[in-house]
Amino acid sequence: MSVATEQAPAEAAPGVRAARKRGPDHRPGLSRKLPYLLLAPAVLLELLIHIIPMLVGIWMSFVKLTKFFIANWSAAPWAGLNNYRVAVDVHNAVGEGLLKSFGVTVVFSAVTVVLAWCLGMAAAVALQPPFKGRSAVRTLFLVPYALPAYAGILTWNFMLQRDTGAVNHVLVDNLGILSDRPFWLLGGNALTSLITVALWKLWPFAFLTLMAGLQSIPQDIYEAASVDGAGTVRQWRNITLPSLRPVNLVLVLVLFLWTFSDFNTPYVLFGTAQPPAGDLITFHIYNASFLTWNFGSGAAMSVLLLIFLMIVTGAYLVVTGRRSRRA
Amino acid sequence: MRETRGFKIYRAVVLTVLGLFVLLPLYVMVTSSLKPLRDVQGAFTWWPSNLTLDPFVDMWKTVPLGRYFVNSTIVSVAATVASVAIAILAAFAVSRFRFRGRSVFTTTVLSTQMFPGVLFLLPLFLIFVNINNSLGLQLVGTRLGLIITYLTFSLPFSIWMLAGYFDSIPRELDEAALVDGCGPMGALTRVVLPAARPGVIAVAIYSFMTAWGEVLFASVMTTESNRTLSVGLRQYSTQTNIYWNQIMAAALVVSIPVVIGFLLAQRHFVAGVTAGAVK
Repeated sequence: MSVATEQAPAEAAPGVRAARKRGPDHRPGLSRKLPYLLLAPAVLLELLIHIIPMLVGIWMSFVKLTKFFIANWSAAPWAGLNNYRVAVDVHNAVGEGLLKSFGVTVVFSAVTVVLAWCLGMAAAVALQPPFKGRSAVRTLFLVPYALPAYAGILTWNFMLQRDTGAVNHVLVDNLGILSDRPFWLLGGNALTSLITVALWKLWPFAFLTLMAGLQSIPQDIYEAASVDGAGTVRQWRNITLPSLRPVNLVLVLVLFLWTFSDFNTPYVLFGTAQPPAGDLITFHIYNASFLTWNFGSGAAMSVLLLIFLMIVTGAYLVVTGRRSRRA
Repeated sequence: MRETRGFKIYRAVVLTVLGLFVLLPLYVMVTSSLKPLRDVQGAFTWWPSNLTLDPFVDMWKTVPLGRYFVNSTIVSVAATVASVAIAILAAFAVSRFRFRGRSVFTTTVLSTQMFPGVLFLLPLFLIFVNINNSLGLQLVGTRLGLIITYLTFSLPFSIWMLAGYFDSIPRELDEAALVDGCGPMGALTRVVLPAARPGVIAVAIYSFMTAWGEVLFASVMTTESNRTLSVGLRQYSTQTNIYWNQIMAAALVVSIPVVIGFLLAQRHFVAGVTAGAVK
């Protein structure tokens, strides 16, 4: 149904009715088609760039798409579930690698999301009451989010260099916290580096969202609470947190999906050779596909990742939806 | 709101810690871009011993940064214009019409945002190769391929946000326009769009930022002639040297367009993103 048909023509004055005859309102055929015409460009492009490649990707996960077949990929032989079998078999190198990178990604995602939320919340609460310079601080906090990802990550890469980097200079030379210079982009510290860089880029988004959430809470609730003798911490726990629940539900889900499928951070930070401790799953799949040129196997791993993300998202929505209905 | 002493201390601590965290890389980026090469190759110093603007001059010669800049600008501007135009039409349909398939459309489009790029990178590449072979339309290694890829990246979010904006504009306004003789498209361009201008600005910035900063597809879909900044900046690392001062200078220069655009329209952007997030 269209806007036009929702109007009651009987109410229109005669002059108006004459004017409306010129509009497309009286051609119900066009009115019915119009929303589809409006959607057509978006649908076509989504089909071409997202939906069809996804379906092709799923098909690829069932064929033996190695370098011998890549030139004529539609003729690749059927592999059935073999790619999946290899991907989930933890007793071979491929399955073991996938499981390890999955574990790394779970830790990376969980720590980054929690810390991003905490920093965003701390800053949003601190910036709530107006003070001189508030908008300048807010602008500064949003800069990491505005910078192109690669510009920020390249800077971190430079800062995390062992001998010439600013991070070791601060930790070893300025503060004396560490006695010898650790490698940050190799070995066991790689995950710490990844989390730090991802956090730097991501927390402003949490801050932005939580700040808006805080502004939508009516101030008189706080006044009433402080008249009743509730302190700042109790006000935060009993008013702020519950009021932010709908915002938090969306925010945490979005942060999880972003961090779990983050590719830019490891790719720009480590180059093409990722250290095992910082081997995030999307980067692992990319490398596994392009190093061995076995795209069927890479596609199977991608589909497994997607299924995992869908299950987590679905479960999250069901659990949080139920809880909020009970409340 | 009454500010206690405790709150003031809390605020000072939070602002100091987070301020340092945010500023440190920005400071390193700016000061390192003003150092000669031997300084950035030695131990880190807080202040450049020899201030120089040479990195900002040399960076254009070490790699063809000018060409990458032009490529990134064309790709990002075109993707932004197309994405915003397409999103406006779709959001208008979603916001103002009730039609069959409406919820299928919104759910599907939104869920495409969830897919990791790795998932459709290779299939998309193969599809582009097939389009080239069968239709003769060159999409791999051209700006056009990147433009149509990038415009879809920001599309779901733009549609979602604009539809929210359009919903907040009273229907009586465009109904009045219809009564005055505008068609639905007239109502969109004369009434709904002007009222939703902050939302349009916000999605335009978002689209531009998305395209300007994209790394993964740019690294697979580009050849030397259409290479964008996100890939081009890596070429300051050679076998023998890493020109860190020039990398920092280039990173600074490529950040300026987005950061300025973001800061200028920050109010609209923040309002737009948060309106979507809070709803």
